[in-house]
Amino acid sequence: MEENLTVERSRLPLSKEDFVSDQMVKWCPGCGAHAILSSVANVFPKIGYKKENFMFISGIGCSSRFPYYVNTYGFHGIHGRANAIATGVKVANPHLSVWVATGDGDSMAIGGNHFIHIIRRNVDLNIMLFNNQIYALTKGQYSPTTKMGTVTKTSPQGTIEHPFNTGELVLGAQGTFFARVVDTNPKLMTEVMFEAAKHDGTSVVEILQNCVIYADGVYDNITAKDVRDDMQLILKNGEHMIFGKNKDKGIRLKGTKLEVVQLGVNGVSVDDILIHDQYGQDPGIHLMLAKMEPPLYPVALGVIRSAMFSTYDDMVEEQIKKAKATSPIKCVDDLLNSGDTWEIK
Amino acid sequence: MNETKHKVIELEDAVVRFAGDSGDGMQLIGNLFADAAALFGNEIATFPDYPAEIRAPHNTIAGVSGFQARISNKKIFSSGDLADLLIAMNPASLKSNLKWAKKGATILVDADSFDEKGIEKAGYKQNPLEDGSLKDYNLIKAPVSSLTWETVKGIGGDQKTANKARNMFAMGIAYYLFNRDFKTTDEFFEKKFKKKPQLISINKALLRAGYNYAETIEAIHSTFNVPAFQKAEKGKYRNITGNVAAAWGLLAAAEKSGRPLFLGSYPITPATEILMELALHKSLGAKVFQAEDEIAGICSAIGASYTGAMACTSTSGPGLSLKSEAIGLAVITELPLVIVDVQRGGPSTGLPTKSEQSDLLQALYGRNGEGPVIIIAALSPADCFYAAYESAKLSMEHMTPAICLTDGYIGQGSEIFKIPKVSDLPPINPPIAKPNDPDYKPYKRNAETLVRKWALPGTEGLRHRIGGLEKENIFGDVSMDPLNHQLMCELREKKVEKIADFIPEQKLTGDEKGDLLVVSWGGSYGSVYTAVTEMQAEGKKVSLAHFRNICPLPKNTKQILSNFDKVIVCELNLGQFVKYLKINFPEFQYHQYNKIQGLPFMVTELKEQFNKLLEEK
Repeated sequence: MEENLTVERSRLPLSKEDFVSDQMVKWCPGCGAHAILSSVANVFPKIGYKKENFMFISGIGCSSRFPYYVNTYGFHGIHGRANAIATGVKVANPHLSVWVATGDGDSMAIGGNHFIHIIRRNVDLNIMLFNNQIYALTKGQYSPTTKMGTVTKTSPQGTIEHPFNTGELVLGAQGTFFARVVDTNPKLMTEVMFEAAKHDGTSVVEILQNCVIYADGVYDNITAKDVRDDMQLILKNGEHMIFGKNKDKGIRLKGTKLEVVQLGVNGVSVDDILIHDQYGQDPGIHLMLAKMEPPLYPVALGVIRSAMFSTYDDMVEEQIKKAKATSPIKCVDDLLNSGDTWEIK
Repeated sequence: MNETKHKVIELEDAVVRFAGDSGDGMQLIGNLFADAAALFGNEIATFPDYPAEIRAPHNTIAGVSGFQARISNKKIFSSGDLADLLIAMNPASLKSNLKWAKKGATILVDADSFDEKGIEKAGYKQNPLEDGSLKDYNLIKAPVSSLTWETVKGIGGDQKTANKARNMFAMGIAYYLFNRDFKTTDEFFEKKFKKKPQLISINKALLRAGYNYAETIEAIHSTFNVPAFQKAEKGKYRNITGNVAAAWGLLAAAEKSGRPLFLGSYPITPATEILMELALHKSLGAKVFQAEDEIAGICSAIGASYTGAMACTSTSGPGLSLKSEAIGLAVITELPLVIVDVQRGGPSTGLPTKSEQSDLLQALYGRNGEGPVIIIAALSPADCFYAAYESAKLSMEHMTPAICLTDGYIGQGSEIFKIPKVSDLPPINPPIAKPNDPDYKPYKRNAETLVRKWALPGTEGLRHRIGGLEKENIFGDVSMDPLNHQLMCELREKKVEKIADFIPEQKLTGDEKGDLLVVSWGGSYGSVYTAVTEMQAEGKKVSLAHFRNICPLPKNTKQILSNFDKVIVCELNLGQFVKYLKINFPEFQYHQYNKIQGLPFMVTELKEQFNKLLEEK
């Protein structure tokens, strides 16, 4: 990353209070979004940029009220277009730290096209995707991530659609950063947001968020106290993929598939367990991790992929720099008088 | 350079139409011919008329591509009605273009292409070169294909190259007929084929071969000389298309305002050249983003505008429809944004490569809610520069999106452009908020203009949030308050109305009072102006009010309309501007002349309509 593109850092230490807005937060009591807001206010001072250099952009939906609740520059867009608006923001002003708050409907249904293309271009910004598997602000219709068979207001006999796996879609679109967290683990959420901010390129953080009104409990099979240790694999770069209440389960590669194994059973030892390499360029294992689902597998959480590739906004600046250095056209007068012209005296 | 046996006839004005199969290179030779004329000192106006398909079936009417160039020794305003010289490279192009040739015009055909198959594919029952149907024209039957092959073979080229280069032989004949110089065209070959020297020699040889062939044939009775335009204003000139001019106008506005240019666009005929042109000018700091769709194009521009860029998007009718919701977002966030709409035939995909003025009502009203925007309509290719510049100026200074309407005819057509100096262009002063301004509030307005300030992310002390939800006036918090909503709708409307104080009064061509007022707008200026001034020269009491500022309308519009016995509104649609006038000035009676054929007005048809109306009691 070239020096002139880095976001200016704050000279004064900042605190959570610097990012709290004066607006009344109008999410339902118990909504997972409150935890996300709190994590952002915690992590922004740690990231350390000047407070005026943060910007939040959103589309439409419960998630997209986010910019009003955090004291940064903010833009609340229209349905599905947050990622397109954010692309314009970052390309026009690469000195900003750009954050998108969006949801499963906003980014994967009405805004699906912009979502895959911002990822493909690797624009250097951070997308927080609140996945609650439902259209909540319109009061309970199914979304592209709703599990097949779910009864909602628009699927009285159960949905008949194959849902998206967010990670699979992101990696399919050549995503360079994908992380997943649950709204019940604010510590992990804060760590992951910090990693997302550090990553050069499009960072997608999927937050499995419980909607207490329209899809309450959809993540109970992952987050409930009695199952969570066995159903969450929290990835740490360079560490073995071990999970379970007693830290006795692991993930190994068998043939072309991942497999859950019990340590110490059938001769399985720690050496058989995969070591997480989030920085690997090849997305193969990252994709397999992103696709793991209960009941056969735990859900992979934390940073699944964080690979270095050139970013769109850096390359825009490089092309401009090169053109400025080499083109004889330095101002509009030069342009107007270039090529075939003639004079009448 | 042409001392020949042929008599030279002096002409004030000539129209040449090149027609061939798409892929025959008609657009190229049309442009080269026009460039050569422009550099010689003629006034020029061009009009490309081509199909939507890249290569429609060979030798069919559907595949015919045409290019009309008018050259003159006086100021001209349109590409002319009918051609003095028609060059038809195959039977289909003769069949579809004969209606654009004057009676008695010279028609040059590639006789080799008039074989049984070609004649049948064009839909002729018999060979039109032999059946006497062209006896009213001066027909030149030139074996263009075979002579091209002879020439190409002679310098070691192959048949494939010869097939592609027939156009240059035909152009050589045109150069002879109009006594043109090879210089600019030779230079073009040298530049274009820098890495393929053989193609330079082949093209140069063909141009000369066509020229020499024309010199020797009996069928040519005379050649033409159109002298240079002598009364041109002093200054520097160039030939320019409307789309390039619009792109340059945006670049000029960016430089003048000090706001970097951002264009978010998606390719669409006939507007794509704006995107392509701006992509060439990164050295001026232009950031050009080819988006994944029309919506991303405008939304990225809105994001860029929020950060302080001079943001624009370019499109045509169907794309404008897709952008509607986002235009409303720019309206409610009160951000500057220029939308250049190069209109084409609609509805839906319609006539992609043909021109129309049918996006006016969409531009005025095509949004949910009350969504007033600034609308300026360019009147000619060169005027696209100023229309784009003024759209950007008003948009930034009044913090309101502006739609700059051009059309396929002026966007892709060209004319002579007097090169301005950037220092002579009017200043642009966007209302940018100062760091740590203690009085800054997102929707606090200038009391006179109702314009809010532009507070750019990164600026200390101005953090704020705006968006598509209705906001409380002054403070900018989300507000669902009924009275506040009414107030904000009225403020946004009044803000645009007040721009009438910042635009010029409507000009009139002709007397302030008279029998007939002709009203037109946008890209039809050339033909309407020519028709009206010709009638004025004939002593008719006709005046023209050609509108460039559509929204808001100039303040003297009502006054002008009230001074004439009759008013006729001419438009290339079914009557959109006339509807708008009826809404604003219902006290007047309006006659209409509407054409919706994907073609520009012809001067003759306009005069016929106006004369008929003058005669009616």
